[in-house]
Amino acid sequence: MNRTGKFGIAELLFVLSLLILIVIVALPVLLIFWTSFVVDGHFNLSAVVEVLTKPDTFEALKMSLLLAACVTVTCTAVGTLFAWLVTRTDMPFKETMKVLFTIPFMLPAFIGALAWKMLLSPRAGYINQFWMALFGTRTPLFNIYSFWGIVIIETMYLFPFVFIQVSGALERMDPTLEESARIAGAGLFTITRKITIPLILPAVVSGALLVCLYSLAHFGTPAILGTEVGIYTIPTKIYELIHQSAGSFTAIRAATVMSVILVLSAAVILYTQNRVVKSGRFQIIAGKSVRPTVLKLRGLRTPLFILCIVYLLVTVVMPTVTIFLVGLLKTYGLPLQLGNMTFENFYYVLFKWKLTKDAIFNSLYLSLGAALVTMVAGGIISYVLVKMKVRGKWFLEFLGMLPFSLPGTVIALGVILTWSGRFGINIYNTGWIIFVAYIARYMAFSLKSNSAALEQVHDSLVEASRASGATPWQSLRDVVIPLIRPGMIAAFFLIFLPALRELTTSVLLYGPTTRTIGVAIYTLNEDGETVYACALAGVALLLIVGGEILIKRFFEKKKRLDNGGA
Amino acid sequence: MAFVELRHVTKRFGQVTAVDDLCLSIEKGECFSFLGPSGCGKTTTLRMVAGFEDLEEGEIEVGGKLISSSLKKYYLAPEKREFGMVFQAFAVWPHMTVFENVAFPLRIKGVARHEIESRTKHSLENTNLTKQAQLYPNELSGGEKQRIALARALAINPGLLLLDEPLSNLDPHLREEMRFEIKDLQRKYDFSIIYVTHDQAEAMALSDRIMVMRDGKTQQIDTPLNVYANPANKFVFGFIGLSNFIPVVPRDGKAVLESAPDAGQVSDSFPPEFAGAGRATVACRPAEVDLLPEGKGGLRGVIDRMAYLGETVDYIVTVGDVEIRIQKGRREPRFEAGMACSLAFPKPTWYE
Ligand SMILES: Nc1ncnc2c1ncn2[C@@H]1O[C@H](COP(=O)(O)OP(=O)(O)OP(=O)(O)O)[C@@H](O)[C@H]1O
Ligand SMILES: [Mg+2]
Repeated sequence: MNRTGKFGIAELLFVLSLLILIVIVALPVLLIFWTSFVVDGHFNLSAVVEVLTKPDTFEALKMSLLLAACVTVTCTAVGTLFAWLVTRTDMPFKETMKVLFTIPFMLPAFIGALAWKMLLSPRAGYINQFWMALFGTRTPLFNIYSFWGIVIIETMYLFPFVFIQVSGALERMDPTLEESARIAGAGLFTITRKITIPLILPAVVSGALLVCLYSLAHFGTPAILGTEVGIYTIPTKIYELIHQSAGSFTAIRAATVMSVILVLSAAVILYTQNRVVKSGRFQIIAGKSVRPTVLKLRGLRTPLFILCIVYLLVTVVMPTVTIFLVGLLKTYGLPLQLGNMTFENFYYVLFKWKLTKDAIFNSLYLSLGAALVTMVAGGIISYVLVKMKVRGKWFLEFLGMLPFSLPGTVIALGVILTWSGRFGINIYNTGWIIFVAYIARYMAFSLKSNSAALEQVHDSLVEASRASGATPWQSLRDVVIPLIRPGMIAAFFLIFLPALRELTTSVLLYGPTTRTIGVAIYTLNEDGETVYACALAGVALLLIVGGEILIKRFFEKKKRLDNGGA
Repeated sequence: MAFVELRHVTKRFGQVTAVDDLCLSIEKGECFSFLGPSGCGKTTTLRMVAGFEDLEEGEIEVGGKLISSSLKKYYLAPEKREFGMVFQAFAVWPHMTVFENVAFPLRIKGVARHEIESRTKHSLENTNLTKQAQLYPNELSGGEKQRIALARALAINPGLLLLDEPLSNLDPHLREEMRFEIKDLQRKYDFSIIYVTHDQAEAMALSDRIMVMRDGKTQQIDTPLNVYANPANKFVFGFIGLSNFIPVVPRDGKAVLESAPDAGQVSDSFPPEFAGAGRATVACRPAEVDLLPEGKGGLRGVIDRMAYLGETVDYIVTVGDVEIRIQKGRREPRFEAGMACSLAFPKPTWYE
């Protein structure tokens, strides 16, 4: 290290990382806490209590918690069941099914909600209409505008959190752990109860907590399905407060108080999740590649297989088809017949209408820009966190943890407080404010992916390069960066694709010309422009699926290269 | 009748025949090893005995009781076989203490509480784990985990103990120690052992008899001494201990090197059974080759390399394009690299 200069490259990077995190992440959060706890320059707790006990905020709080709890329970049940079926039984086409079960992840939940609204809204929903016509009744089959409607829709699109964690754990688990129990005389039921479940419990809990966190912070589904019938959650209540307030301080304060609740719950959830994941007692990874014994489902094999297929058809195919079919309709309400269909809507949305054209363009450049900046900034910060020994690093570590527990709504609010002129910069109603918010929102992904890549680069590799005569900078350029490039590219995609379909944050930040795709779909739906909402949603789905396929290609090619090189 | 009987056992995985028409009997109290290179079907055979794999053909009996039969489609469930088994990665349960791990088989069996207590304590004493009883396995070393697995396998006093490379994750010193421990326990409780390994020294040290396998087929079943001294075929010869294989052709009734016929004779006769083929292979152990000054033996060569290995001295001698490895005691006459020498083969073994 350069010991003569007082301010070497290490210190420079450190200060730069600190600045990024403070300006982008810490300041907004600080302002949220400040706004909710400090009234007229004094710390005031009773004002906070007052906000929380107001009936409508209290209802929203209660609803959010109840909803998150129910969604967590259902997702855990559904996710664990399917994970077990595709890893530990003789279900047909298991490998394919495993991939298919992660597809619901690709579908943005709010687009799912939109589709199900058209299928199951009490009067106009296609399924309900069909049902009522079939049985000549006036009671719909199911009213999607309800608490359970929201629970079901969120479950459909969030259960992969649990599925991925649990199927991964079941696959990695050393099967001899179960086999030794069998040899010891235990039957399948005892083994499941005493060995398998305790061993995969951390994975189950970890997945469940992710669901809980996501559901608490999720805007789209309750906004589309709940607002209509007066069901408010924290994010939708905040949205309502901000939109109706037109800058009123009481409304902003109420919103910040609820944000504080969100941040604190998120922090508790993440802390617990971290603890569960780290409980190193459960190192159950198989030593050798051994194949787990599979349970023969016998008579249940076909019924369970059909159940899986039906589940996928209902949760993935049906809503997607609905979105595209309605997007093709001349006007909403016409029967779904070929004669009523036209590509006009898609054409209009893509090439004619300024609002939607703007939205597509905005989303593309905002996600691209945010992904690039966040990838690089996250890389620098991770480098300091993982590789450098500088004083005061713990503070940076703390700041680096922070983005993980910031729900999108909170970030939007914090960004509004920070960038609407308070510090001499006012970018409210411009694309920049969304850009800054995206960076804050996705910094966590970048940090995770970059740190993981950096941890793989052993210090001795850099030392070897230094011993060969390279300066620290040259070592970084020629050794470290080439080695972590895959991690950085992964970070890029991890940010770009979710940002493309983002709704929760941008819905609080958009101005007249700065709608994103998500916002445009949401507002079009609100304004009753259902066919255009669907056409745009169709375009969004195509973009998302295209992007996912590109990433898969990229990583598969990379994997092949890696294997070939080794 | 033998305690364990495998009759014409065959197992296929798709196209691969993992075990091919295997017949085998193991006596009560015997320690029997499966030895062979990776992928030869040792684990698969063991897992069939344990009941984790069905059979394509054949049947298995233990203690006069049929436990697996492809013909009758009868397979006694693994949990009903009452064997002990130790897996390569130990497979101790990380969410149970050492005591709970070892007590598990007894609890499953429904043994009375106080008896579980005393028998588990006894097992833990036997394996020197008393002090660690209340710890979780991840706080313990590899050797200790290994002993937990062993104590657990022996908890119900099984008649047959199945071990799948149980020592391969341990360092050499511990490995030797555990070997003695297993032997001691066997002497004490008189169970039979099937021991899977690809380490020939381990198999030799531990077993009463060894089965050498290759590609799912039995090559030889014999005592360790016989497997070493009278290998049934070239594969067994090469797999057990160090070996030279020298390709020879007949000339004037003698055997000479194919690549250097003028370097002298390997043997002064050529076995008539290989005369038809016109070629054969002479196998010998490095210690069984005589290394003599130039002109004293049948085959002339040059010392290519020489290395001291403590008690023995290791030579590589080249003759034509053949390299022959030789080991001599350190007190015998020394040769230096580059010197010319002669070789004689007093105990050749002939293979085709
Ligand atoms: N469940 C399985 N499915 C498909 N092929 C298998 C399965 N189990 C074993 N095999 C194949 O059967 C053959 C024998 O495998 P086995 O595990 O018995 O070898 P092994 O002698 O124990 O080798 P090692 O010393 O590496 O443990 C191998 O070719 C292996 O790939
Ligand atoms: Mg094996």
